Amino acid sequence: MPTHTFKLNGKKISVEAEDNVRLLWVLRDLLGVTGPKYGCALEVCKSCTSHINGKAFNPCSVQVKDIEPTDEVTTIEGLPATVGKDLHPMQEAWLTYDVAQCGYCQPGQIMAAVAKVKQARKEGRDITDADLDELRNICRCGTYSRIREAVKAGAEDMGA
Amino acid sequence: MAERPRSLDRPTDQPSGGRGLLGRRRVLGYLIAAPTLAVGVSWLVNDTDPRAADAAVPSLPQPEDIFDLGDLQNLAAAPTSGLITVELKTDGTAFFAVPRAEVGQGITTAFAMMVAEELDLPMDKVEIGLADARPELLMNQLTGGSNSMRSMYLPVRTAAAIARQRLVDTAAAHWGVAAGKVTARAGVLTGPGGLTATYGSLAEAAASIKTIAVSAELKSPSEFSVLGRPRNRVDGHDIVTGRKQFAMDLQVPGAKPTMVARPPTINGTLKSINNLAALRAMPGISDVVGITHGVAIRGDTFGQCIDAIQKVDATWGPGTVDDESDATVLAKLRAAQLPMVVPPVLSQTIDAEFVFAFASNSPLEPDCAIADVRPDSAEIWSSLKVPIVAQEDIAKQLGLPIDAVKVHVIQGGGSFGRHLFHDVAAEAAEISQKMGKAVKLSWSRTDNFRQGRTHPMSTSRVRVNYLAGNVLSYEQRHTSVQTDFGHGLGEMITAFAADLPVGGNLSFAETIFELSQSSPYNFGVTTQLLNEVPLKFNTGSMRNIYSPNVVCAEELMVDRLAAKMGQDPVRFRRSFLKDKRLLAVLNKAAEVGNWGKAMPKGTAQGVGVHSEYRAAVATLVEIDCRPATVNRPVDGEGVTGPRVTKAVIVVDPGFCINPRGLEAQMIGGLQDAIALALTSSLHIKDGIPLEGSWDNYFYTREWNTPLDVEVVIMPNTSESPSGAGELAVAPAFAAVACAYARATGTMPTYFPINHGTLGFEPLPLQPSTPQSPTDGLDHTF
Repeated sequence: MPTHTFKLNGKKISVEAEDNVRLLWVLRDLLGVTGPKYGCALEVCKSCTSHINGKAFNPCSVQVKDIEPTDEVTTIEGLPATVGKDLHPMQEAWLTYDVAQCGYCQPGQIMAAVAKVKQARKEGRDITDADLDELRNICRCGTYSRIREAVKAGAEDMGA
Repeated sequence: MAERPRSLDRPTDQPSGGRGLLGRRRVLGYLIAAPTLAVGVSWLVNDTDPRAADAAVPSLPQPEDIFDLGDLQNLAAAPTSGLITVELKTDGTAFFAVPRAEVGQGITTAFAMMVAEELDLPMDKVEIGLADARPELLMNQLTGGSNSMRSMYLPVRTAAAIARQRLVDTAAAHWGVAAGKVTARAGVLTGPGGLTATYGSLAEAAASIKTIAVSAELKSPSEFSVLGRPRNRVDGHDIVTGRKQFAMDLQVPGAKPTMVARPPTINGTLKSINNLAALRAMPGISDVVGITHGVAIRGDTFGQCIDAIQKVDATWGPGTVDDESDATVLAKLRAAQLPMVVPPVLSQTIDAEFVFAFASNSPLEPDCAIADVRPDSAEIWSSLKVPIVAQEDIAKQLGLPIDAVKVHVIQGGGSFGRHLFHDVAAEAAEISQKMGKAVKLSWSRTDNFRQGRTHPMSTSRVRVNYLAGNVLSYEQRHTSVQTDFGHGLGEMITAFAADLPVGGNLSFAETIFELSQSSPYNFGVTTQLLNEVPLKFNTGSMRNIYSPNVVCAEELMVDRLAAKMGQDPVRFRRSFLKDKRLLAVLNKAAEVGNWGKAMPKGTAQGVGVHSEYRAAVATLVEIDCRPATVNRPVDGEGVTGPRVTKAVIVVDPGFCINPRGLEAQMIGGLQDAIALALTSSLHIKDGIPLEGSWDNYFYTREWNTPLDVEVVIMPNTSESPSGAGELAVAPAFAAVACAYARATGTMPTYFPINHGTLGFEPLPLQPSTPQSPTDGLDHTF
């Protein structure tokens, strides 16, 4: 079986898996990293949203062979370390606004939110309601109102 | 699940029950023989007295006015008297295993608040777990009907209050002082002269060597410092760090990923697998077996199970509704509608019929269960709202005694009615038994939509007779594809039939309908009746059973009546509402939402009121139906359409345990309502829903959600909490529908309003679970 090497949450790892296995299952079933959730495996619900090289992506729709040894994959578990803290400002905002209900979508929501804020910043602007309308992450509990409040607050605390 | 009391608690300043000098209520429980302090409380401390109907109303009380579904559940809870226990550990933490399911509604936080309050312990010293199936609790271990707060508020507080009293008495005895000289605060006991002891240090000394009955006093609400104040979720940190574990996240030895290839119609059966050897030889696949409704595949990863599903060559038998589509079901419903009885004589009549499409109650977490079935025992892990029924059914299915089946209740990633049933746990048990190995079974997303439970299609016909400013009669005939109540509520009704105020030989469904539905208006002769069509769909409730559809139809008719009588919708409701609490929330919503303000053409306000679970809610929304909004683009598959731009929800919850949690439930209910009114439904075609993903089933997305949502919680009007989980859906659904009618000038009669247009390309029916994409790296941001 092929061996795949990449950087996961700041550490270099190697894992044996068939080439076509989607990264979500490599993370969850083979490596025991269960923060990214299975909601559809169709790149629709976005509950597995994680980061590759700092950008949001859905590991349910990437074959493990397409991950390069130099790629840095960050799941919700590794998010705080990207800012050298116990919690990322977006996670803090999520707690402040008591966003979660069942919690199943929330790791993906937080990862998507961080990327969306960074995307706006790169374009030299603050995040807007129009940006938030573009987020596709499903929250079946319907916490959208608090998600929007938390993303805006988290964005302020993320700094420039 | 639904219940819909129209007879609300009246504001009380003289609560019932025996009271001490401080207005405290004295309650009973047991010190249980255990190594450390343990207190047990019977469900008998529940207030099970049916409440009197509001007096002096022209309409006769309907059954639900005097006894509602929650009262039924409370009645069922009373005599079985399995004890619930609060235990104190030597580290000073209190532990309570709640016999309910946490699925996002926030009950673990609310229970922790109750324990912290009465035990005078910091919240972070209270640990709440979910109890395994406890057969001795009989019907008490059912999470539904928004009943958890109502049924457990007194028992849980009682257990904590007795524990506190015991700790005070123990410290007093140790120190040789009167109990009145010992105070308890924040987990520490303090006596005269600087004496202190932590709860933990006394946990063993306070233990009882035999089980004895004791009493204690509950705090009066004026003494509360935890209950009634906003608290964030106790599991918030675990959630935002990805540590919260759902069934699929559990590591049970040997329980490998398992999925099922399924037939192309609902409840289809497997006749044969035609390429078994080839499937078993696929990479990563360890086991393939035929089961009742499919081909079960176990492997190293779920991805490889999905790969194998693509290759399954099977012969399928028919399902249970192969000849049914939306149109055939609607025709059957119309043929079964009960007749109206009030003839339109000497008055004016409005007749209308409303249709509500099938809807999916699937949460975001796909149905998942771990099963480890051995020759003489079995162990199950799953999110189950009625674990005792699951345990009983699975034991029977496996041919094992009930006590050989251990059922663990795992926190659920939502439920909305889905986890009242244990379909996935039963299937996991079947697979594990057939494979002789432990399995972690997940239904795929497509399975969840196409083979999972649905909220059934229904119609509501309404006839109103009115004359000279008076409404003479209101008749509503609700007709629904049969809703499955085979999860415990049915047993409850059978056991307590003689005690219920609904006579005759009503079915379970008719009984529940009568216990949950009644009109809040003085509309003269009022009848609301249910008839069901027994089609073999897999049905269930969905964040309430009947109320969202029944109330939506009713409130649309109220708006129409108001228009016919030349009255403003809010003023009309003020004239005809029976209940003061409903009137109060309506007035507050009108004030906060600035009812009647000038709105641009194509936009409008709408209002809906509803009482249920001993609570009252009014919702006021603004909707934008202008072409620029309706036709705004969205990337990929998805629907836009009219947008609710603002919502005000005013709730009178009786006693509010946790404003933060209550507000969350109101916001969530609103988003469900928007979906039901505007976007989300299942299209049944030739025996199966066409929907297969969240880009087909249009639950509210960010681009559909209002930017401006305000929840107002009214001052407490009672000492008893009401139910909250399902509360907001019905009035918000009605408000959105009414707003849409006013903005467009057309009363909608088919819900959701976009059901007539299929807004997606259906996924193929076979393979039953589509292959995952591979282009994820092309869509990063």
